[in-house]
Amino acid sequence: MSTHSFVLNGKPVSVDCPDDVRLLWVLRDLLGVTGPKYGCGLEVCKACTCHINGKAFNPCAVPVSDIQSTDEITTIEGLPATVGKDLHPMQEAWLDVDVAQCGYCQPGQIMAAVALVKEAKAAGRSVSDADLDGLRNVCRCGTYPRIRKAIEAAAAQM
Amino acid sequence: MVVAAADLRAPARADAAIPTVQVVDGFDLTDVLTGAALPTAGLITVAVNPDGTASFALPRAEVGQGITTAIAMVIAEEMDLALDQVHMTLADARPELLFNQLTGGSNSVHSLYNQVRVAAAIAKGQLTAAAAKALATPAQGLKIKHGIIRAPDGRATNYGSLTKKAAARRSKAVVARLKSPSQFSLVGTPQRRIDAVAAVTGQKQFALDLDVPNALPTMVCRPPTINGTVQGVANLDQVKAMPGVTDVAVIPHSKLVAGGVAVRAQTFGQCIDAVRALSVNWAPGPAAGKSDASVLGDLQQAELPMTPALGQALDQRFTFYFRPGDPLETNCAVADVRPDKAEIWSCLKSPVWAQEQLASLLGLSVGNVTVHVTEGGGSFGRHLFADAAFEAAAISKAMGKPVRLMWHRTDNFRQGRVHPMCTSRVRISYLANNVLAFDQRHTSVATDFGHGLGELLSAQVSNLPDGNFLAYSQSIFTLTANVPYNFGAVTQLLNEVYNDDVTFNTSSVRNIYSPEVTTAKEVMVDQVAKKMGQDPLQFRRAFARDDRMKGVLDAVAKAASWGRSMPAGAAQGIGVHHEYKAFAACVAEIDCRAATVNRTVKDGYTGPRVTKVVFAVDVGLPINPLGLQAQMMGGIQDAIAQALSYSLHLQDGHFLEGSWDNAYYTRQWNVPLDVQVIVLPATGTDPGGAGELGVAAAMAAVANAYARATGNVPTSFPINHGAPLGFDPLPTVPPIPQSPTDGLSEVH
Repeated sequence: MSTHSFVLNGKPVSVDCPDDVRLLWVLRDLLGVTGPKYGCGLEVCKACTCHINGKAFNPCAVPVSDIQSTDEITTIEGLPATVGKDLHPMQEAWLDVDVAQCGYCQPGQIMAAVALVKEAKAAGRSVSDADLDGLRNVCRCGTYPRIRKAIEAAAAQM
Repeated sequence: MVVAAADLRAPARADAAIPTVQVVDGFDLTDVLTGAALPTAGLITVAVNPDGTASFALPRAEVGQGITTAIAMVIAEEMDLALDQVHMTLADARPELLFNQLTGGSNSVHSLYNQVRVAAAIAKGQLTAAAAKALATPAQGLKIKHGIIRAPDGRATNYGSLTKKAAARRSKAVVARLKSPSQFSLVGTPQRRIDAVAAVTGQKQFALDLDVPNALPTMVCRPPTINGTVQGVANLDQVKAMPGVTDVAVIPHSKLVAGGVAVRAQTFGQCIDAVRALSVNWAPGPAAGKSDASVLGDLQQAELPMTPALGQALDQRFTFYFRPGDPLETNCAVADVRPDKAEIWSCLKSPVWAQEQLASLLGLSVGNVTVHVTEGGGSFGRHLFADAAFEAAAISKAMGKPVRLMWHRTDNFRQGRVHPMCTSRVRISYLANNVLAFDQRHTSVATDFGHGLGELLSAQVSNLPDGNFLAYSQSIFTLTANVPYNFGAVTQLLNEVYNDDVTFNTSSVRNIYSPEVTTAKEVMVDQVAKKMGQDPLQFRRAFARDDRMKGVLDAVAKAASWGRSMPAGAAQGIGVHHEYKAFAACVAEIDCRAATVNRTVKDGYTGPRVTKVVFAVDVGLPINPLGLQAQMMGGIQDAIAQALSYSLHLQDGHFLEGSWDNAYYTRQWNVPLDVQVIVLPATGTDPGGAGELGVAAAMAAVANAYARATGNVPTSFPINHGAPLGFDPLPTVPPIPQSPTDGLSEVH
């Protein structure tokens, strides 16, 4: 048992737990942050996608001891604050297109989408069909076509 | 047969097709479910709040299908409220509702539509009468908008201020004045989901997100074969001493409880560690030794005889392998069982049945078991049952503590409920340009209807010709399977194997029989059209029994430019389906060229890609066209998966798939780039079902497109099932894999 500290959605947090507990469980079970969802615990379905220092990752596959005290972890709950608004442009696009059905995968989808657009923009290009094909997040309701439409719409606003 | 003989000389004209009549034409499963809900319609109530808004506790489950939005629209419409003035929650189990709290058969909107309208209209009638009194104005002259009631002279009052005056002090009979559909201004317009903001901000709460005190993470170590049982645990005390672990308990397997060895810990990560550390001696389950091949042999043995062929015949057997019923949210429930009472939270589509079973399981009276229905992260038939709720209750009782039970994804695939493997044999007898007879023999591993749908049917079964003679499965098959063509003498019969319902864990996985029955039928329709030298679309139009079917066919043909030229290796395909008082047609375009099929995606299956889908639906009365489009779009993704890639391989009594990279549900790289869903304008005054409607027509269209693109008529689904496995199966002991630790190397 040791103390792990990091920055969560803009605020410093500390938690006592064994080193090998994956960050997803630290967030959900110990800190009560439930936006990131469990979908497999195998880094496959991507339902738990969050950001570390602005980049997408899956906390189900990261032992908490791998997180440094200066690392900034952003969950869906903290996404709007990264742009200083009530909703991130990606969330606005999600609402415009009415993407969600059951909603379970959607926090992970949105976090992955934001990272995808940022990655494309950093490379100086727009989001392509090939980029969208590369999104691995599972949506069992099959909202995929609307996810693509929302990402393309949001990319223009980011 | 006599009619068929008389028509042998008939030319291939639509009006010469030999009429087909089926039991299901006049009375279908939708009628059964809606009829069964009616006796307790009087217990459905809409509440008006002091702030002028309305509240409704929906006696159905919301699992993504959008019924909270659709029903809120119906209430808002009938009461002249804005949509955001209607607050929706999910009702706890209400045993007094009897058959009126079942979410299944794509029936919720159909069965609730008039019940809710009546309740809302009565509320509005009371409020209007109270307003007339308060304003000293005849009620007929009042205008209502967004809950504000105006007199002709401009004076106004509102629902909120009238709630006390409008309330009846005792029950009385009133006549509800329903709006006529021509007055609708909200119903029939596209509306976004009422829970969308909660969904995109992470605020939408599912069962595992609830803050129930002391309900610590709990998981179960499960057997290596389906429904195996614990014989003994070698290291129970050592596991109990592991970091974070609070409790370990053997949970016996039973018909209601999957069971195994349960562990409760501070975090789910520590549960995973403990499950993996357990050394359990297992007795094999009843599926031990069974495989795809052995089940296929059993199915073929059980196939009912076909009617002898007339004229020329096309005859083909189709095989459909097991496929998962996994939503993205795995089976889960929170349970707090005390000696004298219990409280359960779970996504339940049959909560009344669940509550009654829980009471029996726990030795409590029904009144002392509170069952909360939580928002579901998908269902796909999984939540007709209450597997997680029963198991969580059993664990909480055994441990004497509240538990937050979550199934691991690998368990969810391997031990969770699946769509049963089945075969469907079709024989079409034809002569010249006419179809004389159509026979279908559907043979399936039994679908488990133990959730109480059986009760519904037994209540209604006397409405059927020969109804009392038919068992539940046969009733449901008879009331759903249909041939929407004038194909002369039609027989569609079901037989099932493994009716003991303990060998395999099955359920009505979106949908019960229809995707398979329709795909087999529609592939053969293409084949008989080909034999007659007719275009698949024109053939379907010519033999269609219903003008609504022609309507959806024409809509997709036009929007998809049916018959447009496609490159070699690519093709269009068409499929049609009738169920839930609705008609659906689909044109799919598929690319089976080598460059597409051989795309590589790390740890992913590629194969042929459906590049475009045009889908048209006539549901009678569309409530929310946007929600309908979403349901069809989801059904299309299921259909693509079921036709091309998504199944479970049974080997030595267990399923090999254990993750989403093994079970190939549609992923972005196989999503069509162009999906158009056309919701036809109202053709009736009742809303048909939508939840499962999208799958069958689209699956048939994809199969037919594949046949036309490759020249190979697919007879085994998904088409890749017989190919070498594209993954290394996870071990069965320990039953679940450890989570990776290299997540930071995958940051992007």
